[in-house]
Amino acid sequence: MEGVLHQIVSGIATGGIYASIALALVMIFLATHHINFAQGEMAMFSTYIALTLLQLGLPYWAAFLATLVFSFVMGVILQRILLEPLANAPVLASVGAFLGLLLIFNNVAGWLFSYTLKPFPSPFGVGDPMFGGMFSRHELGSTVVTMAVLLSVWAFFRFTRLGLAMRGAAYNPVSSRLVGVPVGRMLALGWGLAAGIGAIAGMMVAPVVFLDPNMMGGVLLYAFAGALLGGITSPLGAVVGGVMMGVIENLAGAYVVGTELKLTTALVIIVLVLVVKPSGLFGKALASRV
Amino acid sequence: MKRRTVLAGLGSIAAAGVARPASAATVVGVTATEIKIGHTIPYSGNASSYSVGGKSHTAFFKRVNDMGGVGGRKINFISLDDAYNPAKTVEQIRRLVEQDQVALVFNPLGTPTNSAIHKYINQKKVPHLFVATSADKWGDYKNFPWTIGYAPSYRTEAQIYGKYIKAQRPNAKATLIYQNDDFGKDYLHGLQDVYGKDFDKVFVKVVTYESSDATVDSQVVSMKDSGADVMVTACIPKFTAQIIRKSFDIGWKPLHVMSNVSSSIASTITPAGPEKAEGIVTSNFLKDATDPEWKTAPDMIEWRAFMAKYIPDGDTTDGNYVYAYGVASLMLQVLKQCGTDFSRENIMKQASNIKPVSLPLLLPGMQAATTPTDFRPLKQLQLQRWKTNTWERFGAIIGA
Repeated sequence: MEGVLHQIVSGIATGGIYASIALALVMIFLATHHINFAQGEMAMFSTYIALTLLQLGLPYWAAFLATLVFSFVMGVILQRILLEPLANAPVLASVGAFLGLLLIFNNVAGWLFSYTLKPFPSPFGVGDPMFGGMFSRHELGSTVVTMAVLLSVWAFFRFTRLGLAMRGAAYNPVSSRLVGVPVGRMLALGWGLAAGIGAIAGMMVAPVVFLDPNMMGGVLLYAFAGALLGGITSPLGAVVGGVMMGVIENLAGAYVVGTELKLTTALVIIVLVLVVKPSGLFGKALASRV
Repeated sequence: MKRRTVLAGLGSIAAAGVARPASAATVVGVTATEIKIGHTIPYSGNASSYSVGGKSHTAFFKRVNDMGGVGGRKINFISLDDAYNPAKTVEQIRRLVEQDQVALVFNPLGTPTNSAIHKYINQKKVPHLFVATSADKWGDYKNFPWTIGYAPSYRTEAQIYGKYIKAQRPNAKATLIYQNDDFGKDYLHGLQDVYGKDFDKVFVKVVTYESSDATVDSQVVSMKDSGADVMVTACIPKFTAQIIRKSFDIGWKPLHVMSNVSSSIASTITPAGPEKAEGIVTSNFLKDATDPEWKTAPDMIEWRAFMAKYIPDGDTTDGNYVYAYGVASLMLQVLKQCGTDFSRENIMKQASNIKPVSLPLLLPGMQAATTPTDFRPLKQLQLQRWKTNTWERFGAIIGA
């Protein structure tokens, strides 16, 4: 019985990782109605920037903030120079651009920072494991950070005019433009914020899985499954979905299908959600008039 | 069709008419002045950190040429980039065999890449010597008589670990985690070789992971819950580092025996935290260039002089240079054994008849040897244990 409990707790910790990237995916979807396949690689790249700043001697939280600013600017610039020209192109063109970005970030990171595995410090310090070895300090700290990001994203879209304008710009660009919403700027802002959230996720994930250019490869797939399960339009859904993915993965791997089929489980969940309830557990069903 | 048969018939008559040695030896890639050797390695892409091997070989054969060559001939070493992509390896090897017409292919790197050319190169009967991968399948002299391995295979390594565990913990309750591919499965098979029918009794929990997984935390929890007191890990550095950290975090301290694929201090121990790795057991067959014990060893001095003269910008703490120097020395040994007969048949005959020989930069007592029924030149390892800040070798040189 203790084993099951331990698997669940460990699954929540891993699920927190998926949830943080899933949040960035939801952010970009709410702001642009696209799924950015390069989200994970951008987060990985930001984490390398943070590591470089730390190695230059900056204190952790200063490096953390500087990385957020850098990532925000990187996201805005990418949207302006790469996706703006594709605004009216078919969706496949954007998908191509996202996959291209994924490869570019992966290779540039390898070229600049090498493929050697690097340790990344945790801001929550090292200490003895807590609750009888169930939770480490970092796992607890990063869960708190993910919750804080979730609250901010939710409050931003729920209570601010800017959040409303962004959702409008994504959902119906023509009408938004008619009522005076600067659609282009809103999309760029969405990219910036998503890149920032990704950077936070990267800095929380790296102490657990270690930093290398392929750090996000596996994470992104589970995050994607988590975001879909919770509902791609709901920040809360992303977090719940992400955590559920972590727990399901652990329990299925340990007791049901065996470790060989863990990844398959994630893919089966993606397919099941898309077939049975495409809006996910918490998402709104979107209908557009054609 | 008929015409072709006739032509083929004429061809064989013509061939029979020409005076040829009785053995019908094939001499390709060798002239009175040079021997062509082909090689592939990733100079670009994910695995390009291995490219120092190609750099080292190029410099090594340049030195051979500077010292007068071998068998009265200079070596023309052609090293091509395959980016660790099997499709590209096939293309480059075909180019080497069909266009450049090399005498042999030496030390191409990687398990998936060599697997892709394994059949082709044997059909073409081109010596495929001392491949740079430790999978067990390169020693299959019956089905692939033109391919020969080099370093101790993963399976040999696992057998050595199995024997060590059996001796140290006769009543062990053990657990194994392996990467779900050729590399990981070699360890499973090696341990099964040692334990035989008892394997399932001793190994109370066997789990796997995919190299695309995000973490292996769940597997570590399962292994701890099995109540095992010995853990064997056949994982790449990233996951080994995670296992070391996670088992420390959950307060589990089994006897940890790990694949030497992960013995790199820089990519496994440092990320995990050296204090968490205390007591881990693994193995090695090469001298570590950073170990002060070898500072005055003659082979180390010779190698440092070589590096200083031929690769002055090379990082001497990079173990890939040490590995490359040893295997290139074995290649040179085979070429010397050939005398002046550089037919492909004779090259293969010499490569499979190496009397026990010590190679530079191998641990003292290690010897390379082959016979026509043994295509695994190195079969020995020495165990080592992580203590404070370094690997401490212990026990004798062990063969499987």
